[in-house]
Amino acid sequence: MRVVVVGGGPAGLAAADAAARAGAEVVLVDSERQLGGQYHRGTAQRADPRVRHLPESTAWAAEGLRLHVRTGPADSPHRTGRVLDADAVVLATGAHDRVVPFPGWDLPGVYTAGAAQALAKGHGVAVGRRVVVSGTGPFLLPVASSLLDVGATVTVLEANGVTGWARHPLAVPQKLPELARYARLLGRVRLRTAVVAAHGDDRVTSVTVARLRPDWTVCDGVRVAVDAVCVGHGFTPRLDLAVGLGCDLVDGFVRVDAVGATSVRGVYAAGEITGIGGADLAAAEGEVAGAAAARAPDPPIAALRAIRRGRRFAAALAAAHPVPTGRHGWLTPDTLLCRCEEVTVGDLHAALDRGAADGRTLKLVSRAGLGPCQGRTCGREVADLAAARLGHPLPDADAFHRRPFATPLRLGELAQHPEEDP
Amino acid sequence: MRYPDVVVVGAGVIGAACAEALSAAGLRVTVLDRGPLGAGTSAAGEGNVLVSDKEPGPELDLALASLGRWPDLLAELGADVEWDPKGGLVVATGDTALTAFAEAQRAAGVDARPITPAEAFDLEPHLTRAVVAAVHYPQDAQLQPVLVTKALLAAVRRRGGTLRPGVRALGVRLANGAVAAVRTDDGDVPCGAVVIACGPWSGEVSTAFGAPITVLPRRGVILVTAPLPPGTVRHKVYDADYVGAVASGDADLQVSTVVESTAGGTVLIGSSRERVGFDASLRVEVPRALARRAVGLFPVLADVQVLRAYGGFRPYAPDHLPVIGPDPRCPGLWHATGHEGAGIGLAAATGRLLAELVTGVEPHVDARPFRVDRPGVCA
Ligand SMILES: Cc1cc2nc3c(=O)[nH]c(=O)nc-3n(C[C@H](O)[C@H](O)[C@H](O)COP(=O)(O)OP(=O)(O)OC[C@H]3O[C@@H](n4cnc5c(N)ncnc54)[C@H](O)[C@@H]3O)c2cc1C
Ligand SMILES: Cc1cc2nc3c(=O)[nH]c(=O)nc-3n(C[C@H](O)[C@H](O)[C@H](O)COP(=O)(O)OP(=O)(O)OC[C@H]3O[C@@H](n4cnc5c(N)ncnc54)[C@H](O)[C@@H]3O)c2cc1C
Repeated sequence: MRVVVVGGGPAGLAAADAAARAGAEVVLVDSERQLGGQYHRGTAQRADPRVRHLPESTAWAAEGLRLHVRTGPADSPHRTGRVLDADAVVLATGAHDRVVPFPGWDLPGVYTAGAAQALAKGHGVAVGRRVVVSGTGPFLLPVASSLLDVGATVTVLEANGVTGWARHPLAVPQKLPELARYARLLGRVRLRTAVVAAHGDDRVTSVTVARLRPDWTVCDGVRVAVDAVCVGHGFTPRLDLAVGLGCDLVDGFVRVDAVGATSVRGVYAAGEITGIGGADLAAAEGEVAGAAAARAPDPPIAALRAIRRGRRFAAALAAAHPVPTGRHGWLTPDTLLCRCEEVTVGDLHAALDRGAADGRTLKLVSRAGLGPCQGRTCGREVADLAAARLGHPLPDADAFHRRPFATPLRLGELAQHPEEDP
Repeated sequence: MRYPDVVVVGAGVIGAACAEALSAAGLRVTVLDRGPLGAGTSAAGEGNVLVSDKEPGPELDLALASLGRWPDLLAELGADVEWDPKGGLVVATGDTALTAFAEAQRAAGVDARPITPAEAFDLEPHLTRAVVAAVHYPQDAQLQPVLVTKALLAAVRRRGGTLRPGVRALGVRLANGAVAAVRTDDGDVPCGAVVIACGPWSGEVSTAFGAPITVLPRRGVILVTAPLPPGTVRHKVYDADYVGAVASGDADLQVSTVVESTAGGTVLIGSSRERVGFDASLRVEVPRALARRAVGLFPVLADVQVLRAYGGFRPYAPDHLPVIGPDPRCPGLWHATGHEGAGIGLAAATGRLLAELVTGVEPHVDARPFRVDRPGVCA
């Protein structure tokens, strides 16, 4: 019985360990050099010694229960190829920052919360002296906290009006101890406020900070001088492999049953690709999915309980941190949407006005999402903006995450038969 | 509301071209599509308008007619659809019947110019030096299929026609044995005639209309790379096997490489041919075979990143010829489909031919090879 786990964050690690404990032969494929994923970035984690860990290895395609992997630094021309056949696969590929464009978001000095966090936690570098952290959701606080730790002056703008989410009756603080640590930050948080524009010539020098109505339309704004901006609006799951395998989605995440089984036989999913709820929930989901994938006789009861609690909390968080459509009013015709192909809001509207009414056509006519990132950054917002203008969702909403190759690879690598590898 | 003279079912490039030509002939046209306009096969391929890959015969005649028609038609439409007569280069690295094939094409009216390997390297500096034979086809061109479909449909609307995306045709109502209305999921559309132009779905739709024809899907995949410096790949470059693959009916995977760059600098590598029904799941061996051939033709491509793969299902009839004309079993019912891997290129002449047949004008190409009641097509 061989279980292949893709992704070495909290979910993938827990899945690999649980599957190994259940007696399966386990291979853990993770694109990073060190295990730990987003949450543990900078402090390497260790897997169960029985787990075979393939570091710096990306699963670029899944063909049923056969995974195609390349190993080596992402930009190296000498990565080696390998094919892994599995009896069960656990997908734990996590999520990346959701990007919500606003005028000037493409200026140097504007970071995603995740990137700023990685620089601060991984390299001890602050993105600037005076930093505004803007967006919505509980993960703004850990970012702000890391920035404080490396010496920045930080203001946190939370676009929604939630105050006591950390004390929400459904919240389980002991399961998210990190969040409690951020109490020191609560005084720096301004509610119903956001950066709605960034200004500067070759990098950001000031921002427009606006007070918002509940639907995120702007009441009034002031200019504030800054060195850097960090923006966070929650996360977008990395669905490439799951969609490629044909797994059903629900609300934009992989649909799983109580033990993490997807709609595709032999394929399990855990962590942020199934919903956003923090590292502990991800780990609990991983443990359950790993055990199920390895056909462990007894389900891990404690983890199952943690999942139930964690999901309730996650649902409460999601409800408290919507990203409503009033944000579209922040945009101007020349606001960039797709950085790779330099497609603006005006270009998108022009494509829609020319009759593009589905995702595939919209991509081809506007070119949004056709560049190197393949819509990973802009796809979700392009789909939302199009739906708002059309008055209905795009009929093929998955057009922006249907990517046969989960990660970029060179033509020469694709051409190589894996058995030819040294 | 006045009833349309003709309902065209299917808003792919073929339905759009038929509707355009019918409306230009003065008929009142309504176009239905179960999905968005032009989002089927016509949005899933490339926009090659080729003569180089066609052996002498009816399809080549239709291709030459279409090639002649496109520039005028595009001028009439007044639309920018990225038309680019950039020319094609077929190269061979081994034993080949390439020059004999070109000879036969020349006799049929194709501008096919055998050139030396050295001349081929002048045209394509990054081409593999293993090339031993080459033929230059200056007539090969390309256009953007999505834009051209939209432009054709826009002309229909300008002439008073009606476009109805999101309306599915369910069947036909007859009066005295002839077409009286198309049944749809949004009510009946009374009409004098109906054209089924449903691409690879024409088989299923014609069956629902009570006049089944055999049209099958043949899957194709295309690779897209990251942008390369301008001039890396200058023409459409094919390996000589392309010709064999197009004409063959084998179910097994066939790959023939066509490498070309787009306006944005990305390189398109097409395409594979597989008979796997409508199964769209990834088989890595398919893009791998394409990548191999492309790197074989242009070794510099080995280091460029593959951005994505996409593809669709080419509609083909068992004898690999388009189906264009009236259905003898049902007066008022017409078909236009089966263009396999050449529907974009063949659309201009197809639309014109269908309109000529509907209005009783002398056809500009011989219509008999494409008739509906030929063996294997009309069940
Ligand atoms: C800025 C920030 C602050 C946060 N703060 C907190 C906090 O304070 N408390 C909390 O509970 N949670 C926090 N989180 C959330 C937490 O990081 C996530 O909940 C958790 O990491 C999710 O775990 P995961 O295993 O699902 O995914 P991830 O941790 O994202 O791990 C996924 C892994 O899979 C790898 N991968 C993806 N695709 C492939 C592929 N095709 N092949 C190989 N490998 C692949 C990735 O490189 C990554 O290593 C924070 C997140 C961010 C971004
Ligand atoms: C990978 C690949 C590469 C290709 N490259 C080229 C090339 O370079 N050059 C070239 O000339 N050709 C190329 N082709 C072929 C070309 O794309 C097709 O021949 C052409 O698009 C067929 O057009 P169509 O209008 O017949 O079909 P489609 O574009 O599929 O249109 C049929 C329409 O019918 C609609 N429909 C189906 N059922 C119903 C119903 N019940 N009611 C209403 N509407 C319905 C569908 O929604 C669809 O929009 C390629 C094809 C592929 C797959």
